Amino acid sequence: RSFWKGSLASASSVSTTWTELREGLGKLTLLCDANTDGSFLVHHFLSFYLKANCKVCFVALIQSFSHYNIVGQKLGVSLTVARECGQLVFLEGLKSSVDVFFRAQAEPHPLQFLREANAENLQPLYEFVREALKPVDDGEAAWRCPVLLVDDLSVLLSLGMGAVAVLDFIHYCRATVCWERKGNIVALVHDSGDTEDEENNILLNGLSHQSHLILRAEGLATGFCRDVHGQLRILWRTPSQPTTQRDQSLTYQYKIQDKSVSFFAKGMSPAVL
Amino acid sequence: MAAVATCGTGAGSTGSVVAAGSKNHVTSFQRRGPRASGSDSSYSRLVSIAGTRPSVRNGQLLVSTGLPALDQLLGGGLAVGTVLLIEEDKYNIYSSLLFKYFLAEGIINGHTLLVASAKEDPADILQELPAPLLDDNFKKDFDEEACNHKTAESNIKMKIAWRYQLLPKMEAGPVSSSRFGHYYDASKKMPQELIEASKWHGFFFPEKSSSTLNIEPCSLTHGYIKLLQFIQNIIYEEGFDGSNPQKKQKNILRIGIQNLGSPLWGDDICCTENGNSHSLTKFLYVLRGLLRTSLSACMITMPTHLIQNKAIISRVTNLSDTVVGLESFIGSERETNPLYKDYHGLIHIRQIPRLNNLIYDVSDVKDLAFKLKRKLFTIEFLHTNTDRVNTEKTFITSDFRVIHVF
Repeated sequence: RSFWKGSLASASSVSTTWTELREGLGKLTLLCDANTDGSFLVHHFLSFYLKANCKVCFVALIQSFSHYNIVGQKLGVSLTVARECGQLVFLEGLKSSVDVFFRAQAEPHPLQFLREANAENLQPLYEFVREALKPVDDGEAAWRCPVLLVDDLSVLLSLGMGAVAVLDFIHYCRATVCWERKGNIVALVHDSGDTEDEENNILLNGLSHQSHLILRAEGLATGFCRDVHGQLRILWRTPSQPTTQRDQSLTYQYKIQDKSVSFFAKGMSPAVL
Repeated sequence: MAAVATCGTGAGSTGSVVAAGSKNHVTSFQRRGPRASGSDSSYSRLVSIAGTRPSVRNGQLLVSTGLPALDQLLGGGLAVGTVLLIEEDKYNIYSSLLFKYFLAEGIINGHTLLVASAKEDPADILQELPAPLLDDNFKKDFDEEACNHKTAESNIKMKIAWRYQLLPKMEAGPVSSSRFGHYYDASKKMPQELIEASKWHGFFFPEKSSSTLNIEPCSLTHGYIKLLQFIQNIIYEEGFDGSNPQKKQKNILRIGIQNLGSPLWGDDICCTENGNSHSLTKFLYVLRGLLRTSLSACMITMPTHLIQNKAIISRVTNLSDTVVGLESFIGSERETNPLYKDYHGLIHIRQIPRLNNLIYDVSDVKDLAFKLKRKLFTIEFLHTNTDRVNTEKTFITSDFRVIHVF
């Protein structure tokens, strides 16, 4: 069953992108939400890559494993099975933070910075990702391209890391995952809008310039609506090309349902027609 | 049908009380019987805990906030394992009342309480709790009044806007069942014997501030570190996280933290714009980690109107599960506004979590007001008073929910 119901699934340019993403050509996809909850995009990409047989490293900082698992089951994947057979490496931030914070760890822990007063960088977290996605040499049927999924990067700012440290972390991950291993990275960053969150703006702008695909979920400017939950702007970028070439973009409105999201052109919500 | 699995096999998470985390998925709708793949260690018994019920939407275990109207607005109640953040009203009058309702509900249900404050001694807070309205007579009056309100209007047949006759009647306020959640009389105190029979732990920061830390100083302020240690200790010692082999806990821990972020906790975000911007957010993150892995629910009141750096408020919101803002009319220009004359303030439901789900229950009506009426705290949908004045000429009554004319 398709997660994307409605006109979005039929746009040919979109299906090219899905192929690229599935094949893994070193793409960085930025998910962004402003005035709304963009977590449905994270759930989509998680189930998308697991179904596409990719090896996924999920740095889940904001919700528990069982939350993603239960939603994943609605979308047709079992995180428990994926984790057991080695397809999914899951870092459960909330649970690990309690371990790190209250007990001194013998070895460096990916969330080591929680214990430190002035953590300089996210190197332990990067090492964790690199270890999780390193190629398996034993000749078994390998997974498809490796994927790093992060939900979400804005939390790292709240936990004391600076925007530069987070950008460095993504930079190192890109070097390893995207360039060396031809995999993809998908990360969610909140757009704080007009709340003057300088660090978050630096992070968001920095990542926007590096991304190949930006999916931006926005709340409607007119406020809450029962039938249209928000607007999704899709922006295709080519970071390596000169900027004279215009980036392609599409805008859809969406409504989230129990097991899928339906998309429609602006003003064409079934509730209105 | 308040059946739930115990999290006996180690740390679970929000969903794990009803759906076991590690090996097998047990929901509250599972048939009892021998498990096909179960080993003894992951066998879970379905037991019910007083004062809880599973959510209709996603089977999440819920507790009452102490205000049935608020429970209804939050999709049935407060989910176990989550944080409810109350943004305090300006003089902390109504938010401290909500705080007391939350604790009182815990006492009535026999939950264990953990009360943390930097301003008042928890023992004093418990003395001030409102008395429960277990008297059926009063509840009958309250229900009758709601019924009279309905029958008078249902008798009016609409002549012009006849299409709207078919729309469901809108309630004056959110409707709730009384078996889960209780009503409280704000003018009477909780009986002493109930308080004494309850199990509670108090954390009064001025008393604890001198003892030593056994965590290296990170960027958290002293007060927050001590509070986290205290909470973690109680959770572990009393077995709320299922990791202590001696303790098999089948109860909920209700954690109430008052005025978090205020200078009394040693945090300076309310005093200056360049205060310690990570202390509070780090605290919330680790707290949520503790909650997700234990049978507990937490209500925090925070004076967000005092926080100088607005970026912190948005980060705090993102790190909380449910966020409710209270705005009282005292001393503001709205006090004299005729639209608000029946009410004491507004309630803003700023955020509701989507737990174990892509969607969530959210009320269509966003304009909510509260009042402290005849000893009861009620929440109502805001509407204009002209509706009630003209019953013959206009048929745009309060039942027509789309119009909000200000």
